[in-house]
Amino acid sequence: MSQNIKVNPEVYSFMEKKTGTDNVEVKVNLSKEKVDKINEICNMFDNEPRELINVLHEAQHEFGYLPAEVQDVIAHNLHISVAQVYGVVTFYSYFSMIPKGEHPISICTGTACYVRGAEKVLEEFKKELNIKVGETTSDGKFSINCLRCVGACGLSPVVLVGERVFGRVSPDGVKAILDEYRK
Amino acid sequence: MIELTIDKKKVQVEKGTTILKAARKAGVEIPTLCHFELCDMGIENKPGGCRICVVEVEGRRNLAPSCITEVQEGMVINTHNIRVLNARTTVLKLIISDHPFDCLVCARSGQCELQSLATQFNIRSLPYEGEQSRYRKDTSPSIIRDIDKCIMCRRCEMMCNEVQTVGALSAVNRGFMSVVAPAFEMNLEDSPCTYCGQCLSVCPTGALTEVDHTNDIIRALSDSSKTVIVQTAPAVRAALGEEFGLQPGTLVTGKMVSALKELGFDYVFDTDFSADLTIMEEGTELLQRLKAYLAGDTEVRLPILTSCCPGWVNFFEHNFPDLIDVPSTAKSPQQMFGAIAKTYFADKIGVNRKDLIVVSIMPCIAKKYECQRDEFKVDGNQDVDYSISTRELAAFIKEANIDFLNLPDADFDDPLGESTGAGVIFGNTGGVIEAACRTAYEIYTGKKLENVVFDNLRGMEGIRSAKVDFDGIELNIGIAHGLGNARKLLDEVRAGTSKYHAIEIMACPGGCIGGGGQPYHHGNSEILSKRAAAIYTEDERKTIRKSHENPSIIKLYKEFLGEPGSHKAHSLLHTEYFPKSNEVTLHLNGEI
Repeated sequence: MSQNIKVNPEVYSFMEKKTGTDNVEVKVNLSKEKVDKINEICNMFDNEPRELINVLHEAQHEFGYLPAEVQDVIAHNLHISVAQVYGVVTFYSYFSMIPKGEHPISICTGTACYVRGAEKVLEEFKKELNIKVGETTSDGKFSINCLRCVGACGLSPVVLVGERVFGRVSPDGVKAILDEYRK
Repeated sequence: MIELTIDKKKVQVEKGTTILKAARKAGVEIPTLCHFELCDMGIENKPGGCRICVVEVEGRRNLAPSCITEVQEGMVINTHNIRVLNARTTVLKLIISDHPFDCLVCARSGQCELQSLATQFNIRSLPYEGEQSRYRKDTSPSIIRDIDKCIMCRRCEMMCNEVQTVGALSAVNRGFMSVVAPAFEMNLEDSPCTYCGQCLSVCPTGALTEVDHTNDIIRALSDSSKTVIVQTAPAVRAALGEEFGLQPGTLVTGKMVSALKELGFDYVFDTDFSADLTIMEEGTELLQRLKAYLAGDTEVRLPILTSCCPGWVNFFEHNFPDLIDVPSTAKSPQQMFGAIAKTYFADKIGVNRKDLIVVSIMPCIAKKYECQRDEFKVDGNQDVDYSISTRELAAFIKEANIDFLNLPDADFDDPLGESTGAGVIFGNTGGVIEAACRTAYEIYTGKKLENVVFDNLRGMEGIRSAKVDFDGIELNIGIAHGLGNARKLLDEVRAGTSKYHAIEIMACPGGCIGGGGQPYHHGNSEILSKRAAAIYTEDERKTIRKSHENPSIIKLYKEFLGEPGSHKAHSLLHTEYFPKSNEVTLHLNGEI
């Protein structure tokens, strides 16, 4: 995925939208291969409107997120309105319309990690990157998400950057982790 | 059959019936809010979301929402014991706690189902205080969305997606944040909305209302430098009386004309006149295409589609841009009226078009958008300046303190007020094509049409098909009302399998009588059939019932237009269509 997607994360923050007047301007150009891929995913589920959630799961797995254009093609294939697709995308917190960063950071806030200070680690990441949970930095490098228990409680608190696991992370260690990827 | 007891009354109903319907059969009314039904048309909304219709089922732990709970053998149901009443009141108070308290200035006040329930439940205090959801107001050329007043009944979503298949609205987000909105929460104006207005005709509150142009008209009426004329659509006269307490189906043509004169309009004209004019142009076009087809021309586009309905025009521009050369190019009666008024009539009375204000009274919300379209302007001056709905006219008459019920009958003014029965029936589904058949038959065959009533074109089924005999040549006519039905016929046209020569399409269920700007029917489909009957009565009362026999129309062609389909008629009375993409991807600026 190239990194030249212009995203205004504010547009997708509900509270911002309530006061804002601007329309969504996030537009990406889908190449023919991408459209073919979406068609293939929809075909896997027989273009059945009832399979919308499964289709969205697969599509998000493929693209990392669900931009408006992807939803548009899915709506077309499933013969439902794009408004309804958007309705489902916004209903489930799992689905995202914001692309993940080049290095997606996942902070475990499961019970073990939580009691050993995951929240402070999370706060440090937010402060250091100046973004909220679910957002991506404007340079597209990092995004923050929370997850529940990666099954490595012995290493708690645990942080994942991409697929790499960092154990026993302290707030003081956050900057060092980020610096490794900032190079 | 299943037998059950509702409020100590025994009732037998079919398996699969809901408690709500069983109760109605037993003569027991259960209050509802999100539930909505137009039974004759198979339109029903029952998300079971509001919980106002809960009842107690003996032996069941919790209360049951009656609109979605099916009956079972031997059920014993209480619809109004203290437990049920308390639950309903609590639910209603919770709904109201997240609703603005500006009833005094709300466009829906007096017609609001939430307000009626609050009255019915005798709500006198609101114990629940807390955060209220806030969302931006969205104003389009026809419709205002004030989502703070939305109670998430999702009737509009049902209408927009299931009945109309427009797909402009959906419930989005979750919990307290949920709203009904277009995709990506864009403005309605940027969505595939057709402005048919069916969403606001089923909205129980003031969340969806029309853009009100009454004040613009009052300003024009009080400006002595302006000549203000008005045209009234066929369906208005069959419904306006309801707003003044008259029985549905009461014709108030004469009183309506009187009221408009009292309001100060300089001339009161009739859209039925320009409906007759539409038949002259559209009928000619139909015959031209038909003759070419019969002569073996394979290029000719058949079936021809009617183009009077602006909601329908918006729909095919969005959804069938590839078929843009199929519909008739004839303008709608509203716009034909405007074009003739600001040329022929303006010249006649010696008034500059900028000083002539043309107002239309329409059963329709899409007409507001239609009259603002660029192709219906000359140097920025609209052919029709303002379009208001039947409801807005009723409010205007009340505001002006006119005693509508005691008004004498008055006649439309000349020359744009004379009409035939063919013009009147434009208000009903099937009416335009029937009017076209009356004229096309006589012109095509050169014979007199003895029986002007085409029974096989009438009715309320969503899609109808009929054969009309044109002296040996059989014409296949298709009729659809409701955009979902229209889509089915259009898919056939696109696939090349359509058997029709001509198709009439109206965006609203029932045609214009069921338009988005008509008095609220609150789901009572009998009101629609009574309005339809009234329209046919008005037709029967007319001595002239064929458009081409309208003396004012004959004179208009003789003095001004020449022949139907002439160069002048084309430049004034025909239009073109513009493909609109349904895709949300209009501004591309990246790639994945």
